Amino acid sequence: MVPLSWYLIFSAALFSIGLFGVLSRRNAVAILLGIELMLNSVNVNLAAFWRYGDVMDIAGQVFAIIVFAVAAAEVSVGLALVISVYRRRNTVIADDLNMLKW
Amino acid sequence: MTGEKITFLVVAVLTLVFALRVVTTGNLVHAALWLVATLSGIAVVFALLQANFLAVVQVVVYIGAIAILFIFAVMLTRKEMRDRGPQLNQNWWFGALLAVMTFGGLFALLQGWNGLSNTPAAIPSGFDAVSVLGNALVSPDAYVLPFEVASVLLVAALVGAVYVAFNQK
Repeated sequence: MVPLSWYLIFSAALFSIGLFGVLSRRNAVAILLGIELMLNSVNVNLAAFWRYGDVMDIAGQVFAIIVFAVAAAEVSVGLALVISVYRRRNTVIADDLNMLKW
Repeated sequence: MTGEKITFLVVAVLTLVFALRVVTTGNLVHAALWLVATLSGIAVVFALLQANFLAVVQVVVYIGAIAILFIFAVMLTRKEMRDRGPQLNQNWWFGALLAVMTFGGLFALLQGWNGLSNTPAAIPSGFDAVSVLGNALVSPDAYVLPFEVASVLLVAALVGAVYVAFNQK
């Protein structure tokens, strides 16, 4: 069987890649893509701890389901905001959205 | 090296390569399609963990709904799809440094933990994870409250998304 550490290192690497995407991309949609990668790595961790801990205790899978719901809510509101911003400002580049900066 | 280990290594390496393509590809439609590939890899990881319901939900919700929503959003903001100039901001090296440091920190933290080489106990015969999960989600002794809060959150997000993106003329 695969040791637990393989799953944890895989999910840490996926989280770091998502973090890089969030911090470095200029396009707001691409930033949301990075957030999705980070949420997915969390789900892998939750499922791995469920499987390697007490299988009878289903809490890990329940948490993963809640994360799915939160991710769906987050991405729908985020993309609606991006589309709204695009209508008003005609750009989705995060650097150009500096109305609150002075 | 058992078959399961080989499968996991192949899937994990492929998924990480796809994820790197997601954050580096210039064309956003391609980035969204790489995201679909990454999410499929994670669905296989769920299947390897014997979390069957999560694997199915991953395909239905993530690939079926969220990734398609991304592709729609990219097309609705199409003018910027093939962006002029660089795709990464001028502080990308700082982001890369922070990401590498995060991975290094997590890796170092994992080295000091003694539960790492755990192997899972066999799932008892007759144990149906899906039915236990369904019961836990609606049982007052378990997780009915987070479940209801999640449904309220989804409704709020739906209404909010429609309101924010509504074209007031």
